[in-house]
Amino acid sequence: MIKEKDNIEKDKVSKTKKQEPIIVIKDLHKTFGKDNKVLQGVNLTVNKGEDLVILGRSGSGKSVTIKCIVGLIEPDKGEIKVFDENVLNLTKPELNEIRVRIGFLFQSGALYDSMSVRENLAFTLKKHNRDLTPEEVESEVMEALDNVGLSDAIEKMPSELSGGMQKRIGLARTLILKPEIILYDEPTTGLDTITSREISELILDIKHKRKTTSIIITHDMACAKLTADRIMVLKDGVIHAEGTYEELEKDEDEWVRSFFQ
Amino acid sequence: MFAKQFFKEVFVPPYETKEFLKQCYVIGYKSLPLVAITGFIMGLVLTLQSRPTLVKFGAESWLPGMVALSLIREIAPVITALICAGKISSGIGAELGSMKVTEQIDAMEVSAINPYNYLVVTRILACTLMVPILVFFADAIGIIGGYVGINIHGDVNFYRYLTQILQSLEFLDLIPATVKTFFFGFFIGMIGCYKGFNASNGTESVGKAANSAVVTASLTIFIIDMVAVQITDLFF
Repeated sequence: MIKEKDNIEKDKVSKTKKQEPIIVIKDLHKTFGKDNKVLQGVNLTVNKGEDLVILGRSGSGKSVTIKCIVGLIEPDKGEIKVFDENVLNLTKPELNEIRVRIGFLFQSGALYDSMSVRENLAFTLKKHNRDLTPEEVESEVMEALDNVGLSDAIEKMPSELSGGMQKRIGLARTLILKPEIILYDEPTTGLDTITSREISELILDIKHKRKTTSIIITHDMACAKLTADRIMVLKDGVIHAEGTYEELEKDEDEWVRSFFQ
Repeated sequence: MFAKQFFKEVFVPPYETKEFLKQCYVIGYKSLPLVAITGFIMGLVLTLQSRPTLVKFGAESWLPGMVALSLIREIAPVITALICAGKISSGIGAELGSMKVTEQIDAMEVSAINPYNYLVVTRILACTLMVPILVFFADAIGIIGGYVGINIHGDVNFYRYLTQILQSLEFLDLIPATVKTFFFGFFIGMIGCYKGFNASNGTESVGKAANSAVVTASLTIFIIDMVAVQITDLFF
């Protein structure tokens, strides 16, 4: 635990030394239907190696923001730069090149339910590395499963897994492509306290081992405390507050503080 | 737009051969028992219902030819296509709808895998190829059903029965009947995929996608059949 805190501190110090923006969002707007204005000018920057947590009430546009980053949702207005490329101006093949470098963990895990755990991982890998031999695929799959501590589940079907296991496998599937950025959409939602803690530690572990950059959408303050280098709070479609966990915990705004109570 | 994308993607690699073969197995092979039972009953019932009228006119000997013609030209293609609309189109609609609401399609998309190519193109191609094969199968089983029907009231040799059928059939009878089954298959797959792929979020929409796929596909089959009959009348 002490070692873990040391690591967090080290990371935070290193972040203040070099600030290399890897995701830059400017003036992002998105309206659903006629007048459901979800995003009304979101501006945010994520630096290389940083773990940014986005907090906000349900429906405040947290998931919409990260879905815009990977091109799942097209914003009405704004600019999204990932690896210095404006993703909104890219063609489909160009966007796919960026997507391979970004991992996305869905709230439900989103495992392909007609495939076993092995097939879920191998499928993603083989689509991008058609030259790999079956032995190489198996070795990569085992490595990814080892990373999330679930190599025993390789033969299981998604329906045989618990919620926590599904999220871990989802994470393993994300990791198998060795992404530089990982976007976590509520990784601990619906899980018990112990499993939530395990997932949060896993996120931290991945960050240290793979030097990834992350955006974590969560309502789980324990997860935010453990994983966040920086926290942004989304309200009424804009970034309402920004700072470290400790700073926001003592923020002047009572609404912001209410997240931390 | 959805159909246009199919024609755009069908010729573009990567070709999902393994998934296509899997879908051929699921759509074709797994539908065989249902199509066989239906085909047999169609042949049997058609024979039993037509026989009294033909007997009245002293035309009982025309029974094998009439049953075969009715089956091959109209009844087997349409009934088999309707069964496929119920079984396959709804299955595809529910499967893809469920994948959509559980974000599995989004997961493919963000992994830079083309879900349209992998899920839609393979299913539509498999349907387009498998439905005509299922119709041929239903034709054959229907003819056997007809033979059983004839032998309930009489004693007809199978060889003679087949000879009578082949004498009354022309090659041109087969062409329009076969061509329209490719269209049936294409639209059964297309409608199932479209409804599933466009399911809005929520589990309720999965049921709606499946239900809507069956209704739309069934209606489309009748419309295609009507158009096919008009065209056949003009050219054959």
